[in-house]
Amino acid sequence: MERFTTVVVGAGHAGLAASHFLTARSIDHVVLERGEVANSWRRERWDSLRLLTPNWLSRLPGFAYAGPDPDGYMTSGEVAGFIADFAAVSGAPVRGHSAVTSVRRSDDGYLVSAGGGDVSCRSVVLASGACNVPVVPALSGFIPPEVRQLTPFDYRGPASVEGDKRVLVVGASATGVQIAAELQRSGRQVTLAVGEHVRMPRLHHGKDVLWWMDASGVWDQSYQEVDDLDRARRLPSPQLVGTPSRDTLDLNTLTGLGVELVGRLATVRDGIALFSGGLRNVCSLADLKMKRLLAGFDQWGGVAEKTDIEPTRVPANARWKLDLGSGEISTIIWATGFRPDYSWLDVPVVDEKGRLRHEGGVVDSPGLYALGLPVLRRRRSTFISGIEDDARAVVGHLAAELGVDAPAAASQTG
Amino acid sequence: MTTIDNGVNVKALLDAREVLKGAPEAAQFTWRASSKWEKGVRSTTTIEKFFGLGQEQTHKNETTFSSDHPEVFAAEDQGITPIEYLLVGLAGCLTAGVASVAQNRGIQLRSVESTVEGNHDIRGILGADSDVRNGYNDIKVTFNIDADASKEEIEALVAQSQKRSAVYDALTNPTSVTVEVA
Repeated sequence: MERFTTVVVGAGHAGLAASHFLTARSIDHVVLERGEVANSWRRERWDSLRLLTPNWLSRLPGFAYAGPDPDGYMTSGEVAGFIADFAAVSGAPVRGHSAVTSVRRSDDGYLVSAGGGDVSCRSVVLASGACNVPVVPALSGFIPPEVRQLTPFDYRGPASVEGDKRVLVVGASATGVQIAAELQRSGRQVTLAVGEHVRMPRLHHGKDVLWWMDASGVWDQSYQEVDDLDRARRLPSPQLVGTPSRDTLDLNTLTGLGVELVGRLATVRDGIALFSGGLRNVCSLADLKMKRLLAGFDQWGGVAEKTDIEPTRVPANARWKLDLGSGEISTIIWATGFRPDYSWLDVPVVDEKGRLRHEGGVVDSPGLYALGLPVLRRRRSTFISGIEDDARAVVGHLAAELGVDAPAAASQTG
Repeated sequence: MTTIDNGVNVKALLDAREVLKGAPEAAQFTWRASSKWEKGVRSTTTIEKFFGLGQEQTHKNETTFSSDHPEVFAAEDQGITPIEYLLVGLAGCLTAGVASVAQNRGIQLRSVESTVEGNHDIRGILGADSDVRNGYNDIKVTFNIDADASKEEIEALVAQSQKRSAVYDALTNPTSVTVEVA
């Protein structure tokens, strides 16, 4: 059987960053990839999707965006190209089209079964992504069969939605608001079911809101300092979109486009979708949190000038039911989040809610590590630019456990 | 932080949250009420026992509530209308939430008052128009809060109180209700 010191599962930005630091420490390893480098960016994104983070924030270990538009946002294809370039520059030992089907403990480490054959190793870095499977609520089972149900993985663009009837988009985080806006602009009438969400303007005092996150140190907060870590890790993506015009995409934008807002989809009873009557409060919560966030930025930056953001306009009488069998709507799009897939992980480190048990990327099983998960070690971990510090720290732990001394070049950055 | 006291034992609540995270079965409560028809549209409901933390529990005192209907409904008005009890529940729950959240956030309250209005088209219950629902069309709660806090902090208290309110949830979201004859 083939043997490596370390196996990295997944050749996205996280797995390749791990590989970069493993190489720097001369730890022999292989990166097993189910498809090709940056696979999910090539196959699991809708056509118009761009990164939420501006180009200048696209930083990987020893590799950064060097193009002409630092304030722009990469398309999915450009992200895939960027990550593939990083893989080439760092000479990562990627084995493509080698999907991992099982990871289990062995006497001295782990046995990894993959498309290309079994591999044994002492340590494994799980970098298979945080968004492998779209989450669809159980109540989807009560939707009448004549209504078509799509997940964001099924959605490529407005052409993915047949006919010209009303579309119900469930979920108002980045995915939901982007798809709702795109469909409404294409001429469909969209109803958007809105639960708790995170509202943000694209620009604050002329700078990208994520510039403020980055510069003010919000993203540097460590997972040990976060008040409610569980909640921080589950927090949905903010209502942002990356467009060349750097527009804000909040609920007021959608109302302006003609999208109908309703409360959270609470249940489906006798073919009728029932929406929560709590729409006003989830909007108040989001408005208040946004104001606090921006006030914190102003305080940090010593900015006296006030920004005046209109409160979310909540419809006076949002409807609380929609007859799914009446033919009024043809399609439901579940923008209700994503989850990682660990069905191939035969090590008991996943809790009853499907989450990996780990401390800052050190998984609850010796020699097992994770990278590329939300708020893994700090708030920045959720974003591409967070991977460098995370991968350095996690590979540092991995190397120390192996008893491998850090080479001089790596120790000065560690 | 200066010591503030709204009379809420937040520490006990936070401790309970930690304990119950690992013991979901102990978190299962059943609230109970027993009702008896008196006369006309009047009934009496008593509440004394409930189940929680894995065992039967008893309130310090049994409480009796009279439900009746007003004279404009051609009734004797010896108690409040059942649908008004929903307003009692909502106000009680949101106010408790405001006090708890304020305690947790170190905000001293001086007074918390609210008015709760539920708009109700009674053609529904009379069967006069099948397009009109039986229950409230909408409910409006207005808080007047005097506290050592900014307007935005007070708005945040009220918003958080709604987010964690049992009665707010029960009124804004559907609940499965089974009614049987024993």
